[in-house]
Amino acid sequence: MKMQEADNGNMGFSSKAYLDMELLRFTTAGSVDDGKSTLIGRLLYDSKSIFEDQLDAVKRASLKKGGDFLNLALLTDGLRAEREQGITIDVAYRYFATPKRKFIIADTPGHIQYTRNMVTGASTANAAIILIDARNGVTEQTHRHAYIAGLLGIPHLIICINKMDLLDFNREVYDNIRTDFEKFTRRVFAGKDVRFIPISALNGDNVVKPSTNTPWYTGDTLLTTLENIPVTNDNNLVNPRFPVQYVIRPESEKFHDYRGYTGRIASGVFHKDDRVVVLPSRFESTIRSIDTFDGPLREAFAPQSVTITLADDIDISRGDMIVKPDDMPVETNDIEVIVCWMSPRPLEVNKKYFLRHTTREVRCLIKEVVYTLNINTLEHITGNTTLRMNDIALVKMRTTQPLFIDPYTKNRITGSLILIDEATFETVGAGMIV
Amino acid sequence: MDEYKLTHLKELESEGIYVMREVAAQFERPVLLFSGGKDSIVLVHLALKAFWPAPIPFPLLHIDTGHNFEETLLFRDELVKRLNARLIVGSVQESINTGRVVEESGYNASRNVLQTVTLLDTIEKYKFDAAIGGGRRDEEKARAKERFFSHRDEFGQWDPKNQRPELWYLFNGRKKMGEHFRVFPISNWTEMDVWQYILKENIALPNIYFTHEREVFFRDGVWLAAAPFMKLKPGEKVERRRVRCRTVGDITCTGLTLSTADTLEDIIREIAATRVTERGGRYDDKRSDAAMEDRKKEGYF
Repeated sequence: MKMQEADNGNMGFSSKAYLDMELLRFTTAGSVDDGKSTLIGRLLYDSKSIFEDQLDAVKRASLKKGGDFLNLALLTDGLRAEREQGITIDVAYRYFATPKRKFIIADTPGHIQYTRNMVTGASTANAAIILIDARNGVTEQTHRHAYIAGLLGIPHLIICINKMDLLDFNREVYDNIRTDFEKFTRRVFAGKDVRFIPISALNGDNVVKPSTNTPWYTGDTLLTTLENIPVTNDNNLVNPRFPVQYVIRPESEKFHDYRGYTGRIASGVFHKDDRVVVLPSRFESTIRSIDTFDGPLREAFAPQSVTITLADDIDISRGDMIVKPDDMPVETNDIEVIVCWMSPRPLEVNKKYFLRHTTREVRCLIKEVVYTLNINTLEHITGNTTLRMNDIALVKMRTTQPLFIDPYTKNRITGSLILIDEATFETVGAGMIV
Repeated sequence: MDEYKLTHLKELESEGIYVMREVAAQFERPVLLFSGGKDSIVLVHLALKAFWPAPIPFPLLHIDTGHNFEETLLFRDELVKRLNARLIVGSVQESINTGRVVEESGYNASRNVLQTVTLLDTIEKYKFDAAIGGGRRDEEKARAKERFFSHRDEFGQWDPKNQRPELWYLFNGRKKMGEHFRVFPISNWTEMDVWQYILKENIALPNIYFTHEREVFFRDGVWLAAAPFMKLKPGEKVERRRVRCRTVGDITCTGLTLSTADTLEDIIREIAATRVTERGGRYDDKRSDAAMEDRKKEGYF
């Protein structure tokens, strides 16, 4: 893009509209070569989320690198080492908003050695943008990105076929890539919401503004797609799960006998007067109140942070889970988990780790590596007893205390866990319960 | 299912409350870093909500550079009294007196960098194992890579290239003796989110955020407040202007905005129309392209 003055338009946020906006978290996977940084820069620039001092800095940097082009990729520059090496090392979070939605982007590097970053960025995302360079078509990297998005349970995939300008916006190129990708997704995740958009991040075609170069494409632009993807059903509102986070006992005159169980509802809906069961004690009681600082609620749902009080005085502490008698999670010490390994110190069979699941922390013993996945061909490799950094594998483990679990595909909160090294205390693995 | 839907501000609030409770549950001696600025005032509000009807289970820590706006200190003391909270003050002047740091000299002398030493000394003195801060990822490029639970080694340093991965909402606060964590409950908030939340929740702010007349001078494109310890360069002159603060640091590094905004609604309109970032007015960030990254590595807020 030729350097030009930024459009100094007011973004037009009235407070009323602002109080009614939704949040969409999405992740972007792709390498510098795919134009990922340019695409994010384009989204931020065309949605007028870039401020003048940031733009001035990018203009200066663009000139330093030669040419009168405004290098939008520089808008996403991060740490000094990244600037020097022109790479992304870590997940970077970026923010922009339109009058409809606020967006959180988890910007992750796409190379194979950064699988752990992609998994991290994908863990909280509602949507994933996967970039394909139109000149290269669907590659192993595309398979890897799509597979991880599927594995992490991201409900919406947006496949951006980029650099269409270099191929004269040829419809056939787009159609072929789409067919190739669908062949793959049919194998990996049927029933997902997958959309395809032909774009040029460099020139802005179909990113924020519809392109006149693609009359054959009748779908929405990327921004319109991001604004309209339905997100309300992304939270599990079916199975009520309330991991107890922290117990409040004011012991003040006014709240003498108050005992409140705080937490963020993991899934489902709870009502005042609901009959509930507390795990692991299995004591039953009734919800006396659902309290917040702003007053009691008649009902509360995921992902609200609330305080629950019960009609009966039972011993409950952090790590317990409040559920309903007719809809219980599985209580077990033996779990099968898809693990993404994140540490240079390998996972080994018979080793012990701390395991954090919801608000519960236990220890676990690695019993067996059932198979390791070749992430490019999706082949299962058996016979391994260790996992290296960025490996993805099905692992059997046994815990010291029971966990209250759901399959990750049904519940991204009660189906997920992390492993912590007992010696270094580092987070070394991410797990999705099968 | 449309009724079971949170607006984005409600979702951010819920996330912030969750982080506050996670701190109380995972750490033995947490502290909330309170600067008197809007972000730390929002933190106090979230802490209040997280533990109600019990009081906030940790003290507030203010690192006082000795160059604070008087209004900020008055506001701080009033807030502490109203909440019946415990306040600890770490004094940069004391660090200077005891020789822990050496005062900068020259026109751009600031105690901003010195604060880091006072902060780390205070954390060590009280054996705090988690310090809750109001940092936001949208503020600055080095902050964009910050975790909710950010590990600091025994020297209080941040190693941005070797951070613990943070997945879902499973925060790992395990640490060795002498190490601590910085925790950022409003990581995902933008400047606009903070202002809209303050308006929605009707949160009180120090009056320097609203328009007032003040003696100021102009340096390198930024309006700064005149004060006895602010040395003027030849050609700089003090004048009276109607200004307000967009962010509040100490006087030496807080750029003032020429503004007549005297309500939250006015401020929000002004911010929606402004085309300069919040930290664009921060003198402390102008020192180099990686000024924030360098300070953060050393243990800055």
